[in-house]
Amino acid sequence: MSTAAAAVPSTPAADDAKRPGRAKMEVRALSAAFGSNQVVRAIDLDIEARRVLAIIGPSGCGKSTFVRCLNRMHEITLGATVTGQVLLDGEDLYGRGVDPVLLRRRVGMVFQKPNPFPTMSIKENVLAGLRLTGTLGGTDAARVVESALTSAALWDEVKDRLDAPGGSLSGGQQQRLCIARALAVEPEVLLMDEPCSALDPIATARIEDLIHVLRERYTIVIVTHNMQQAARASDTTAFFLHGELVECSPTERLFTHPRDRRTEDYITGKFG
Amino acid sequence: MSARREAWFTTLCVVALGLPLLLLLVLFGQVLVDSLPRLSWDFLSSFPSRRAENAGVLPGLVGSALLCLGTAAIALPVGVGAAIFLEEYGGNRRMARVIELNVANLAGVPSILYGILGLALFVRTLGLGRSVISGAATLALLVLPVVIVAAREALRAVPHGLREASLALGATRWQTIRRVVLPSAAPGIFTGAILAVSRALGETAPLVVIGAVAYVTYLPDSPRAAFTALPIQIFSWISRPQASFAHNAAAGIVVLLALLLVLNAAVIVLRDRAQRRAAR
Ligand SMILES: Nc1ncnc2c1ncn2[C@@H]1O[C@H](COP(=O)(O)OP(=O)(O)OP(=O)(O)O)[C@@H](O)[C@H]1O
Ligand SMILES: [Mg+2]
Repeated sequence: MSTAAAAVPSTPAADDAKRPGRAKMEVRALSAAFGSNQVVRAIDLDIEARRVLAIIGPSGCGKSTFVRCLNRMHEITLGATVTGQVLLDGEDLYGRGVDPVLLRRRVGMVFQKPNPFPTMSIKENVLAGLRLTGTLGGTDAARVVESALTSAALWDEVKDRLDAPGGSLSGGQQQRLCIARALAVEPEVLLMDEPCSALDPIATARIEDLIHVLRERYTIVIVTHNMQQAARASDTTAFFLHGELVECSPTERLFTHPRDRRTEDYITGKFG
Repeated sequence: MSARREAWFTTLCVVALGLPLLLLLVLFGQVLVDSLPRLSWDFLSSFPSRRAENAGVLPGLVGSALLCLGTAAIALPVGVGAAIFLEEYGGNRRMARVIELNVANLAGVPSILYGILGLALFVRTLGLGRSVISGAATLALLVLPVVIVAAREALRAVPHGLREASLALGATRWQTIRRVVLPSAAPGIFTGAILAVSRALGETAPLVVIGAVAYVTYLPDSPRAAFTALPIQIFSWISRPQASFAHNAAAGIVVLLALLLVLNAAVIVLRDRAQRRAAR
């Protein structure tokens, strides 16, 4: 495996795999635990390329744990274990010889709480992924910064103060900075764990618009508590309950004609 | 009723604060007055002498400054490294706990024991002799627990989210520590350095044990050279019977305090610079 910058070879097969709608990631019998506490149970799920998958479910049902298994962040917690497979372009992330560090450059992540690096400026935050890993090399830093911030719909607001500290932005701007930081590494998949839960409705709407645009180029998985958000922003929605995948359907169908009784109860607000 | 109690308590606090402060002021005033006849540029730039009025503090001053720098240069990397190991890599919980317990206990060991350890280890076994480097290494052992505890506190205060953010960008653990965690923890680590330097500067007993000499008529020209330190110089002057040497001792104390202030101020400047970066 190479760094994200070295992109996918353009053999017909690879192009095919990148077509929207094809499975970018395939989750097979994935289970995850903290010590003896099993929190994700035998999940099977396809994540389609250049589509948005929303994950909904009550608090504590294992949504965060599940997405953290998709870029091997789960295992950094002491005592956390994973079994099963996650295929990225057909290759198992948990296979032998896969370096989680390199993998995380292909599957980026945005967290619930905006967490820009406080010791770095806006510009340095965007470049952090490349600087930290020493892959900035000859690439034109200014161009990377501009394109990542533009992609994150933040460029116009910060272009005159790129050297200001990252923490000096508003919460919503900080979250978009974190998105820009994740995009600068040029991942193929972007995992977002409740990216809007700390934001007001206007900032939330901006991020949702952004997701619409990013969908053209990235495969996106977004965890959300907000069912309207899932309905607005996603193509496919997966409903989790007690660590199990209850239902995964095209978003419109899941919200209008849920197959499972428990899904219906949840989306109509009978519990959760 | 409660207002009166409040007033009482406030008074009590003021007295509790004021009394030691007053005592300190009186002491310092006394020393300052005693030192006046001797305090001069000559005192700073001369070597010791049998005649009190010619004696100076230069070797002690240089020795103490070198000891402090050497101590910090040894104790900071080792202490911060140990703290990083315990906080960031402490995967093996049992071992981490054992080390932790030891560090906590080491902080309470009388300093003279460190002197004996230094004598056996650095002076004799490693053959470094009764030298500046032996002294600095011994003092470094002495202040190590302070540095480790301060550095661990600082590392622990760095939000977990920052580490995760860095790892999620594809940074390795070490890259994360080096570029994200340490810069955020720097102010706290410098606080540890201040405590360490202050403690090292005032220590006398371990230096006596490892063989600092009171009467040195040259400056240390290599890490292996014999040395003296301000507290030792002061001690030797105080134990002289002649009254005139008491003035020298007082002046030495003033110089020691000034050196302490200068070194601490230097570390505080470094810390504030790091803090401004960390707070951005
Ligand atoms: N670091 C941890 N150590 C031990 N158990 C944990 C840890 N993190 C989460 N858990 C447990 O795993 C279960 C699933 O947690 P997870 O964070 O995946 O839920 P979630 O669906 O993301 O919830 P929320 O919507 O509140 O974010 C919970 O029962 C929680 O108690
Ligand atoms: Mg969660």
